[in-house]
Amino acid sequence: LSHGAGGRAMAQLIAGLFHEAFGNEWLARGNDQSAFDVAAGRMVMTTDGYVVSPLFFPGGNIGSLAVHGTVNDIAMAGARPLYLSASFIIEEGFAFADLKRIADAMGEAARAAGIAIITGDTKVVERGKADGVFISTAGVGVLPEGLDLSADKARPGDRVLLSGSLGDHGVAIMSKRQNLTFDTEIVSDSASLHDLVADMVAAGGQGIRLMRDPTRGGLAATMNEIAQQSNLGFRLLEEAIPVKPAVAAACELLGLDPLHVANEGKLVAVVAPEVADAVLAAMTRHPLGRDAADIGEAVADDHRFVQMATSFGGGRIVDWLSGEQLPRIC
Amino acid sequence: MSVPGPTSAAEPGRLRLRVRGAVQGVGFRPYVHGLATRHRLGGFVANDADGVVIEVEGDGIAEFVEALPRQTPPLARIDDIAVERVAAMSSRDFCIGASIGGRVTTRIVPDAATCEACLAELFDPGSRFHLYPFVNCTHCGPRFTIAERLPYDRATTAMKRFPLCEACRQDYENPLGRRFHAEAISCPCCGPRLSHGIDDIAATLAAGGIVAIKGLGGYQLLCDARDEQAVQRLRARKQRDGKPFAVMLASVDAASEVAEIDLTERALLEHVARPIVLSKSRHHLAPSVAPGLARIGVMLPVAPLHHLLFHALRAHVCKTAWALVCTSANPSGEPLLTDDDEAQATLHDIADLIVTHDRDIVIRADDSVVAIVAGAPSFIRRARGYVPEPIRLARAVPPMLAVGAHLKATVTVTRGDEAFVSQHLGDLDTTQAIRFFEETVQHLTSILDVAPVAIAHDMHPDMASTRFAHGRGLPTLSVQHHHAHAASVMAEHGLTGPALALVLDGYGYGSDGGAWGGELLSCDGAGFRRLGHLAPLKMPGGDRAAREPWRMAAAVLHDLDRGTEIGTRFDDQSQARHMPMLLDRADGPVTTSAGRLFDAVAGLLGVGAVQSYEGEAAMKLEALVRETTTLDHGWTIADGVLSLRPLLAHLASDRLDVAEAAGLFHGTLAAACVDWITMASRATGIGTLVLSGGCFVNAHLSAQIVRGCRAAGFDALLPRRLPPNDGGLSLGQAWAAGLHLVRNENLSGEIV
Ligand SMILES: [Fe+3]
Ligand SMILES: [Mg+2]
Ligand SMILES: [Zn+2]
Ligand SMILES: [Zn+2]
Repeated sequence: LSHGAGGRAMAQLIAGLFHEAFGNEWLARGNDQSAFDVAAGRMVMTTDGYVVSPLFFPGGNIGSLAVHGTVNDIAMAGARPLYLSASFIIEEGFAFADLKRIADAMGEAARAAGIAIITGDTKVVERGKADGVFISTAGVGVLPEGLDLSADKARPGDRVLLSGSLGDHGVAIMSKRQNLTFDTEIVSDSASLHDLVADMVAAGGQGIRLMRDPTRGGLAATMNEIAQQSNLGFRLLEEAIPVKPAVAAACELLGLDPLHVANEGKLVAVVAPEVADAVLAAMTRHPLGRDAADIGEAVADDHRFVQMATSFGGGRIVDWLSGEQLPRIC
Repeated sequence: MSVPGPTSAAEPGRLRLRVRGAVQGVGFRPYVHGLATRHRLGGFVANDADGVVIEVEGDGIAEFVEALPRQTPPLARIDDIAVERVAAMSSRDFCIGASIGGRVTTRIVPDAATCEACLAELFDPGSRFHLYPFVNCTHCGPRFTIAERLPYDRATTAMKRFPLCEACRQDYENPLGRRFHAEAISCPCCGPRLSHGIDDIAATLAAGGIVAIKGLGGYQLLCDARDEQAVQRLRARKQRDGKPFAVMLASVDAASEVAEIDLTERALLEHVARPIVLSKSRHHLAPSVAPGLARIGVMLPVAPLHHLLFHALRAHVCKTAWALVCTSANPSGEPLLTDDDEAQATLHDIADLIVTHDRDIVIRADDSVVAIVAGAPSFIRRARGYVPEPIRLARAVPPMLAVGAHLKATVTVTRGDEAFVSQHLGDLDTTQAIRFFEETVQHLTSILDVAPVAIAHDMHPDMASTRFAHGRGLPTLSVQHHHAHAASVMAEHGLTGPALALVLDGYGYGSDGGAWGGELLSCDGAGFRRLGHLAPLKMPGGDRAAREPWRMAAAVLHDLDRGTEIGTRFDDQSQARHMPMLLDRADGPVTTSAGRLFDAVAGLLGVGAVQSYEGEAAMKLEALVRETTTLDHGWTIADGVLSLRPLLAHLASDRLDVAEAAGLFHGTLAAACVDWITMASRATGIGTLVLSGGCFVNAHLSAQIVRGCRAAGFDALLPRRLPPNDGGLSLGQAWAAGLHLVRNENLSGEIV
């Protein structure tokens, strides 16, 4: 792809590519915006940027990731996602074929999730001003009646439910980036979770306090955020937290704690103890929640510590890191 | 100190002496009273806000002033005495005055081992203190661990629940006695009580049982150190793998049966602080006490309870003298237990008998650990018996709080030209440790009556201490880890710079974000410059590499283009076959750490592939050394970077005898460092050198570098009053940040 000269032809080429990949009635009308009917009740809206490197990884690429990520941000409110927008910043010289792979993956992910990407934009920037492709998405969805999930709603005694194994996405990305190969290929868990969420809401209703997808910073960052916002602490059980053996081995090699590694197809829910069993059962019945587990509880704690319980009842602190996992042992 | 103007019989006059230091609650006033009376002087002695004030008149004034600092009570420390002439009042008698109020600037002294006089009473059937496990006086007993705040008197200590009986009151009020204002005194009538009889405790120990006792600074676990099964049981129940245990013995003679005790070590063992002293083991105890190590930690009884226990154990048969494993009662990695309910709940799975009493431990303090390094005592852990003795700084700095790093945490609070370093707080990995850390900040600022104006912390962004510093609403100053190591030694030796600093350490967050650890710095005032560092080595797996020395060995093999050997050399490590792939990455983490270099060599020599406790590999490597030797051309120095690649190639290639190889590594590293320092000294013109960092707990390395420096014509200063490891870090942070504040208006920032 080139920048500047021949801009018009290029823009048409790109627009055509996306129209074909996303294929829906709204884009077909060729407007700078799309109109849709407003549902009754409450809506949610979210936006996110995607800058992953490498762009292609086992289990997906930046395109599918952009759809899953935005769908999940809507779903974490307990809402049903409806429409997405997508904006692309493309580096000059980026291969057309690669852009097509990304667009196709997006279209496929959108169709699988039962949503439509109804408006978008592309810009080609000079070489070095971007790293391949950056994608920005926004999305809207509708909330079921009476549901109001929020990170400040956890209460001491609430259970913490995790939908599946940790670290798959982050380790898949890292292995690809650093050219590491393992006996078992590690595949990103990138997926749309709204369907799983719908089952959970059906089982737990307003007993669900909040949901989060532990993306960047992993489960550790997410639990610390919730602890801050709800002004309490968490006590997690290390043995209860699922990690795939291949991921655990890769983390051991790289010296990473899976708790800090990113996920793109997992959610953590804090639920009232009365509904915990029902919600967990609903999760394990869903293909994306097969390995779901009750991993701990919220506790009153003015320090807002997230701790990993030990057999002595004490706790190792699960930190909130400012960036990468730095050494500490002097 | 001198007496102003001539003092003669013709001009009797009256002098006022103001004594500063550790002079309250240590029997100082009775001492002054005795001395003044002996010299037939009139006047008085009283406590005031600065220490002790004395007024004397009479013929013997000059002799009195001369003698005053010479025969002070055992726990007293005089910092200075100011003398002024005042109007004579013709006093004939000498009396002890009441305390004169005002702002509190005096200090609480450390806990002290039972004195000879109290010991005599403990075993004197005629004494009211006969077999009383809490006997103490102004010369001994608990202080710091029972003090809630200043002023130090009974109402602000754990003794407030025990009203004095008539006999104790008389002792307390008798200005001529050893118990005059001894705030912790009590007797069987009025004092704390032990939960179990001494004979029962001794019988449990003699039968191979594990006993928890409430000691001065926290609960301790005891068992027979000659009973391998008992020691193994203790290890299993405490979930402690290979980390060595210390042993307590009744006397220096008994200690000499299990370790080679020289005169310096003997003096240390008998010091009132009663530290654990690391001495050359005779390997007479159960093998599980200190597996694989050449040195063993020995200590003498601290409290009356310990003396009583050894006394009662005499009734039980023992091949030689009784030796008891004596270790802090805490789940691995967590702070020492002090709370009685918590102790019951936690220890009932570990101990066969939990011995407690009703005197609270206000602040916990572990046993201190000391070793002789390069001819003088050096701390490995500084806690009970030494805290809160201040470090005198070269100049006054604004009141600072410094919070250390992450492992072996301590905090420091400055007050004028004094720095008070807290007891060892442990590793800030657990909620309990962080609470202990916070309590200690609170307790230390409270007993010192200081409100810090700024907080100094490590540059590492993700340490609990850093986070604490940023959450106080005070200006913060970040100090680079190895700069703080260097500044700590400078602080205790009264240096402001310029000085060279050789810091051989494990890991610290560098000013450039890198993993520093083997650093040659020049320090001046609040600033420092990185003159050089060890050649970087890959650190595959970050902190994993610090726990698994085979990884560092793999990094060395890879660096030597012998990566193909990794899989076969470490075939028992499940990750070994993937390691070359990891090491091939161009962008993997690297470190200039000296600690990781020790790990690498330990891994190469097969001393330990995986460590069960911090420093195990390096300690085992050190334990192998019989004599240190130097490999010619074993290192290169270019642009300030010291590379030991030739030495490593030698150690990796030959099938060397491990003891010989260990000696060669220590000797060559030391010689290389001396060479490195000499070059830096020539280039900078700086002749003062300080040594710091965790590697200097290694006695061979320290001794060789000090000796080499001396031969090269300059003195190398080792840390003596604080540990060279991260336990000394908070002092360095306080000193660097304090000097920064003295020179800069700007309160917050980074010290570079
Ligand atoms: Fe350090
Ligand atoms: Mg998002
Ligand atoms: Zn005494
Ligand atoms: Zn009494």
